[in-house]
Amino acid sequence: MNNHCLPLAMTAPGELVTISEISAGPGLQKKLADMGFTPGVQMRVINVQAPGPVLIDLRGSRVALGQGIAQKIAVKKV
Amino acid sequence: MTMSPKKITIALVGNPNSGKTTVFNNLTGARQHVGNWPGVTVERKEGNCSYQDYNINAVDLPGVYSLTAYSPDEVIARNFIVNEKPEVVVDIVDASNLERNLYLTVQLIELGVNLVVALNMTDIAKSRDYTINVDKLSELLGAPVVPMIASRKKGTEELLKQIVAEFEGKTNTSKIKLYYGSELEEHINELETIISGDEKLSHQFPPRWLAIKLLEEDKEVLQKIRGGTIRHEEILQAKDKSIAHLRSVLGDDAETIIAEERYGFISGLLKDVLKKPPIEPLTPSDKIDKVLVHRWLSIPIFLALMYGMFQFVFTLSVPFMDWIDGFFGWLGGYVSGVSPGWLGSLLADGIIGGVGSVLIFIPPIFLLFIATAFLEDCGYMARAAFIMDRLMHRIGLHGRSFIPMILGFGCNVAAIMACRTIEDPKDRLTTMLINPFMSCGARLPIYVLLASAFFTAHRGLVVFSMYLIGITVAIIMALILRRSILKGPSGHFVMELPPYRLPTITGVLVHMWERGRTFLIRAGTRIFGVVVLVWLLSSLPWGVEYASAGSVIGRIGSFIAPVLAPAGFDQWQAAVSLAFGFLAKEVVVGTMGAIFAVEEGVLGGAIATQLGWTPLIAFAFMVFCLLYVPCVASIATIRSETNSWRWAGFAALYTIVVAWIAATIVFQIGGLFI
Repeated sequence: MNNHCLPLAMTAPGELVTISEISAGPGLQKKLADMGFTPGVQMRVINVQAPGPVLIDLRGSRVALGQGIAQKIAVKKV
Repeated sequence: MTMSPKKITIALVGNPNSGKTTVFNNLTGARQHVGNWPGVTVERKEGNCSYQDYNINAVDLPGVYSLTAYSPDEVIARNFIVNEKPEVVVDIVDASNLERNLYLTVQLIELGVNLVVALNMTDIAKSRDYTINVDKLSELLGAPVVPMIASRKKGTEELLKQIVAEFEGKTNTSKIKLYYGSELEEHINELETIISGDEKLSHQFPPRWLAIKLLEEDKEVLQKIRGGTIRHEEILQAKDKSIAHLRSVLGDDAETIIAEERYGFISGLLKDVLKKPPIEPLTPSDKIDKVLVHRWLSIPIFLALMYGMFQFVFTLSVPFMDWIDGFFGWLGGYVSGVSPGWLGSLLADGIIGGVGSVLIFIPPIFLLFIATAFLEDCGYMARAAFIMDRLMHRIGLHGRSFIPMILGFGCNVAAIMACRTIEDPKDRLTTMLINPFMSCGARLPIYVLLASAFFTAHRGLVVFSMYLIGITVAIIMALILRRSILKGPSGHFVMELPPYRLPTITGVLVHMWERGRTFLIRAGTRIFGVVVLVWLLSSLPWGVEYASAGSVIGRIGSFIAPVLAPAGFDQWQAAVSLAFGFLAKEVVVGTMGAIFAVEEGVLGGAIATQLGWTPLIAFAFMVFCLLYVPCVASIATIRSETNSWRWAGFAALYTIVVAWIAATIVFQIGGLFI
C-alpha cells in the first residue's frame, strides 16, 4: 500500500482527502458505496472527535462515521 | 356532457429533508388520510387533489436515500413503486445537494418509472451561488424537471401540469437508459435476456432492473426470483458466473462498481448542468456546527438545551394546567349538584375525577412533543447522535441509539418505532429494551402529583431526579444486556446530518399532532374505560362503601399488595393503581382519582392522609412507576418491531423486576437514614 495513505480517523478538520481504499465487510462496503464512498472520491474533513466519530463533507452531504468505520477507510491527503 | 375525472395515482419519493412532506402538503392540503403500511407500523399518508379533469391520488412514501432495501422504510418505498406501479412517480430533489439526491433519481430511472423531478429548495441553491441548467438536467435525466420552492408554495401548479403531461405521455422528454460501461453491460444484457424468457417475471418487473439488482445481490430480488420463476436455477447460476467474472476482471464486487458507475453518471451530468463557486465556502450549517459539535463545547451545550427544553415545557404549561384544573373542579361540583345518586357518583367521582386528573397533563405532554419535534425537524437531533457517539460506545451502543432515548422523554411508543433506523439487530434490540426507562410524558402526572404533595419545597428537584434515575438505570441495563444476552460488538455508525433548518410552525405542529393524537385517543377511550371500570369495581358489591377495602377493587388490591410490602407501599389502593397502570402510566393517577373520588387539585393530600404515606414511600412509589412496564402500547410496539412475543414478554417482565428491586432498595436503604 502507498506510504501516503492513512485512516480517515487520523485526519484533522479542514483537510481535503481522497479515498484510496475501503476494507469493510461486504454488507458495509455496499452500504458505503451506496452513500457515495467510492475509491477516488474527494472529501473534506469537517470534525474529528478522536477517539470518536468523524464528520465529513462527501458529495455535498455531511456524513458522520463512527470511529470503527473511519479506521477502515484509507485516504490520501490532497 | 361532463366527463368523470380521470384518476391518477402518484407516489412522492425523495431523500429525508428534501422537503417531500411540504410538497405533499402543498399538493393535497387538508385532504389527507393517515394509515399504516401493511405489516409494519410505518405511517402511510395519502391525499387527494383535483387538477383540471384529473383526480390525483398522492401517496407519500417514506424518505429514503436509496432503493437498496436496507431498512424497512426503503423496502416500503421500493415495494410500492415496484408492486403497485403508480402511474407517475414524483422525485423530490434538494437543489442545493444535487449529487447525493440524484442517486435516488438514478435508481428510479433504472426502474423505468414515469418520472417527474421536483427540483426543490432552488432558493437555497441560489443563495449558495449555484446555477442549475434545468432544461439540460431534464434532457439528461429524460424526465420533466420542475423548479420549486415548496416552503413558499412556489411551483405546485407547474408540478401538477407536468404530472398530468407525464401521465398522458405528452412531455417533451424521452426516457434514458443508464450505461454501466461495456464490461458490466455485457453481463446485464446476458441476464436480461434470460429473464425476458420468463414471460410472467418480465411482465411483473422490468427485466433490466432485475438484472442489475441480481448483480448487486439484492436479497429481496433474489427471493423474488427463487419463488417467482421456474427458471430460477438458470438465472441464479448465470448471476454467480457474472459476479465471479466481474470480480476477476475488475477486481471489485459488482455492487461497488455499479454504485461507482451511478455516481460517475451523476458527476458527468453535473458538469453540464451545475455551475458553482470553485471554492465552496462553509455553509451556514457548517458554521453552526463549528460550535454545536465542537469537541469540548458540544456536551455542555447539549445539556443546556435539554435543561432549556424542560424549563420551556414546565413553565409554559402551568397556566394551561391551572385552567383545566379549574374547569374540572367546577364541572365536578356542578355535576354532583344536579345529578345525585349513583349517576352523580359515576360522573363526578369516577369520570370527572379520573379522566380529569389525566387530561390536566395534556399541556406538558403536548409541549414535550413540540420540543422534541422541533429538535428533530431543525436538524439538531442528528448532531446529538454524533456528539454522543463516543459515550454511547462505552455502553456498547452507538450514536444512533441516542435519538430514541431523547424521544423517549416524549413517548416510548414513538421512540421504540424510531429504533428502526438502527441497522444492527442487537443494537436495535438493546436500544428498544432500555427505552422504557426513559421517563415519558405520561409518567409526569404521577411525579407532579406526589412531588407536590410530599416534597413541596423540593418538588422540582424530585421530578428531575426521576429523569436522572431513569437514565442511570437505562445505562446500567444497556451495560448488562450487552454483556449477557445481547453480547457482541456494537454496529457501525453511519449517518447523514441534514443541514440545519428553521422548522415551519405547521411542520412542528403536524409532527406534534401525529404523536399527541395517540395520547388523546388513549385518554378518550382506554383511560375512560378504566376509570368507569374502577368506579364499578369500587362500588360493587352493591351497598358497599365506595372504594373501601370491602369492595371488589379493594379485595383485588389486597391480594396483590403483600408483594409490594418490601418497597413500602402495600396499601391495596397503590396495588390497584399500579395494576391498572399497565394500560398506561397516566392511568395510575386516574385510578387514584377515581378511588379517592376527588379531582386533581386535592388528590395528593388525600393520598397523604388516607394512605399514611411518608415522603420516602412516595419516592419509592415514584421510582417503581418510573421503571415498571411503560404501557401496553409500548409492549405491543416492541412486539411488532421485533416480531417476537418473547422479547415483548421479556421487556414487560424484566422492567417489573427492575422496578421492584429499585423501589425496594430506595425504601429499605432510605429507611436506614430517615
